[in-house]
Amino acid sequence: MMGAVGLAQALPADQVRIATSPVTEPFWLAAREERLVAAQCGSCGAYRMPPTPFCPECASTSLQWPELSGAATVFSYSVVHGYPGLRDIILVPAVLDLPDAPGARLVSGIVDVAPADIAIGMQAEVFFHPVADGWKIPLFRPAQG
Amino acid sequence: MTRPTADVAIVGVGATQYYRRGASWPRTITQLAGEAVLNACADAGLSVKDIDGFAYYSGASAGYGESFDTGLFMETFGIPEVTFTATLTGGGGGSAGSIGLARAAILAGEATYVVTLMALQQAPKARLGSIFATVPPDPMYSFLQPFGLSGPGQFMSVLARRHMHDYGTRREAFAEIVLSQRENAMNRPTALRREPITLDDYFAARMIAEPLCLFDFCLETDGAIAVITTSAERARDLPQPPVSVLGTAHGATRDWGRGFMWMGMPQPTFASSGHASVAKRLYERAGVTPADIDVALLYDHFSSMVLMQLEDYGFCAKGEGGPFVESGAIRYKGGSIPVNTHGGQLSESYIVGMTHLREAVEQLRGTAVNQVSGAELALVTGGPAPLPVSGLILGRDA
Repeated sequence: MMGAVGLAQALPADQVRIATSPVTEPFWLAAREERLVAAQCGSCGAYRMPPTPFCPECASTSLQWPELSGAATVFSYSVVHGYPGLRDIILVPAVLDLPDAPGARLVSGIVDVAPADIAIGMQAEVFFHPVADGWKIPLFRPAQG
Repeated sequence: MTRPTADVAIVGVGATQYYRRGASWPRTITQLAGEAVLNACADAGLSVKDIDGFAYYSGASAGYGESFDTGLFMETFGIPEVTFTATLTGGGGGSAGSIGLARAAILAGEATYVVTLMALQQAPKARLGSIFATVPPDPMYSFLQPFGLSGPGQFMSVLARRHMHDYGTRREAFAEIVLSQRENAMNRPTALRREPITLDDYFAARMIAEPLCLFDFCLETDGAIAVITTSAERARDLPQPPVSVLGTAHGATRDWGRGFMWMGMPQPTFASSGHASVAKRLYERAGVTPADIDVALLYDHFSSMVLMQLEDYGFCAKGEGGPFVESGAIRYKGGSIPVNTHGGQLSESYIVGMTHLREAVEQLRGTAVNQVSGAELALVTGGPAPLPVSGLILGRDA
């Protein structure tokens, strides 16, 4: 477990299992290399997350995975008290806008910060956190400076 | 607008007692469901062997726990022939809309007496409130599950926070929904929570997923409710005053889609109940306006979603749900639109939307515990949930 008492934490690595499909796997393979990517239509350039088989704008199945800066803006979030088996944990699941993948939102978590210091509109930056089976998940901290 | 003549009606409603989560065991889910069906048949003056149609939602189960099925009902009730058995897709969002499925079957001549049913039994491993922490890993859930979104309320708290940010909605508004529904439950023998709640109690309650606290979450309960729909013509020959089906609608727009399972909704749909398009279609079909509705039975898995439905169903403008409820508008006593007069899922029992249908029928028969004087039109909703969400307008027999 990460962080001091009262700070937003990540779930313990062994509690988080990732499942992939051929469509979603590139996102997780990139995360394992600590690169944040987003699904972009190879035909019309529209972004979408989570990745789905067809572009909702043009129905293309062509998909590319540009690497993003890792910057995000908090669109909304929750402060969750407890998780099954982890009564005292504080989690901050967040819905994030990605400035370099407009139109796509990412659901992630904000950690290492007191929940009271988080606000909608706050800038955040990605880091990668190991979970079960050798995968890593993107998590976010408040942006520095 | 012109009111269409109703072509189908609800003629029977039946229920089991309501139980706290898990307390219905050792009764099986088929026993619970069967008791509700038999009670609905008795109410309608029918034999269970007259039933020839089933119109479900949520996969003929709560969608997560134990399930039930038409074949088993046929076997245990000795129903001679079933000519229609179908389910709306999705989950609890289809509760009100499943009456539209029943109507479609009846109008198409596919069935005569159609049962809509929900039975819920939450054994320890089938607890809906933490379902997303316990389902096996899945490629789409993997974009949600790792971050603490362990149950539906955790998801919806994110929408509630955005509503507060965009419109200045206060926790006092969510509290008013909780307090008013609790007041409605206090005189009801069927309600599992009858002790009064004060505003101080509300603000002292444990936070589960801020901005939502314990009281903003619905109860965790077991039980079953069934209703029977038939043609308006046949309804006239049955003992109960028919409750006319004036309009049904289900679905959602692309802006909502999978809703809080997607989180990509553009504003203003993000901080909404996803019901706006269904509400518009529903009022058009029924030929009525929000001002005509006498009692609103709004799906209340979480208090914040009652507020957003009040906006999406046009009882107030978008963004004004907070001041609207804080004005006392939804109170049974003195409100302009009494909401969840049965105490709802927050205070009476959570049977995945079916208590709202039961209450609407009682209101329009004039037999409700908290009877709205002269109630002629009731709105019933299903969801907010991933597509479909649904709505239903019922009318007192003309």
